[in-house]
Amino acid sequence: MTSHVDYLLHLADNALVLGQRNAEWCGHGPVLEEDIALANVSLDLIGQARLLYQLAAQLSGGEVSENTLAYFRDVADFRNYTLLELPHHGPLAANAAADRDYATTIVCNFLYSALMALLWEALQKSQDAQLAAIAAKSQKEVRYHLRYSRDWLLRLGDGTEESHRRAQAALDHLMPYTQEFWIDSQPESEASAAGVGVDLKSLKADWDSIVDQALREATLDRSTAAGYLSQGKMGQHSEHLGYLLGEMQSLPRAHPDGCW
Amino acid sequence: MTIELKNWPLWEVFVRSKQGLEHKHCGSLHAADAQQALQMARDVYTRRQEGVSIWVLPSASITASAPDDKAEFFDPMADKIYRHPTFYEIPDEVGYM
Repeated sequence: MTSHVDYLLHLADNALVLGQRNAEWCGHGPVLEEDIALANVSLDLIGQARLLYQLAAQLSGGEVSENTLAYFRDVADFRNYTLLELPHHGPLAANAAADRDYATTIVCNFLYSALMALLWEALQKSQDAQLAAIAAKSQKEVRYHLRYSRDWLLRLGDGTEESHRRAQAALDHLMPYTQEFWIDSQPESEASAAGVGVDLKSLKADWDSIVDQALREATLDRSTAAGYLSQGKMGQHSEHLGYLLGEMQSLPRAHPDGCW
Repeated sequence: MTIELKNWPLWEVFVRSKQGLEHKHCGSLHAADAQQALQMARDVYTRRQEGVSIWVLPSASITASAPDDKAEFFDPMADKIYRHPTFYEIPDEVGYM
């Protein structure tokens, strides 16, 4: 049961962390229409996270609730991919700051949505009927997220010299983090063996083909995914997740039973 | 970038709220092309289940009457009440018209 819950938390944390990260653009989007579009993606993701946390809380029993799972766990407890917690810009030295870069946001959402379009599809056959139902709902949402992020990837990659340069830089920065998708973790292996989860390696060929096709159309080069192997889903995170959680969790931690 | 954004044309958005009803104008937005306008319209104007179908068309392709023409365009209709279909009753069974 523990690995079942851990598997749900992995899925939930992915959705919540990317939802929170994307929401940082709210009110700061490049144009009004785009601001609303990305906020919609955030709300879809946070909605998915809620359903998954509710299910995990139900299986955990006791005092556990969706709120304790989202707001009262710390960095090392989170099981999201490192890719999704990274800020909206390339790597920086020490405490250097940078403006948000929309290409980074788009590439991150594209790489993740391409995976989730396949995973939610496959999870509709999960032995966990509630997870299968969440997958059916999420599948519709992620198909739009993929269409949306892929569309922007093509516009940026095949756009101006500057937009191409930025999209390629974002891809070079983020692609190595996708290696984490394909490494085994205990919750994933056990959930897959139990018929609750899906072995991601079985989706890799399809993911490669979605990504390669889009990159070809976007005139972008797929960088070699090599080097550092991130392990966020094992709880080993970058320095960025703490700041994200700090902002997201500060209100419920200051007012633990606050509601409106 | 700023110059490019200024060049994004304006699109008029029409949403059909359910099957059988007509598309109604609900607003406008800026987008680089028709497909993008359609997706943005989905995000901006149908977030609360307002629609089942969306049309977008370039605002520039609309020819509109000028406010200054109001006197000759519209005022002459003010005293022609016989053109209103108010002199007969529509049976309830007809429903929406």
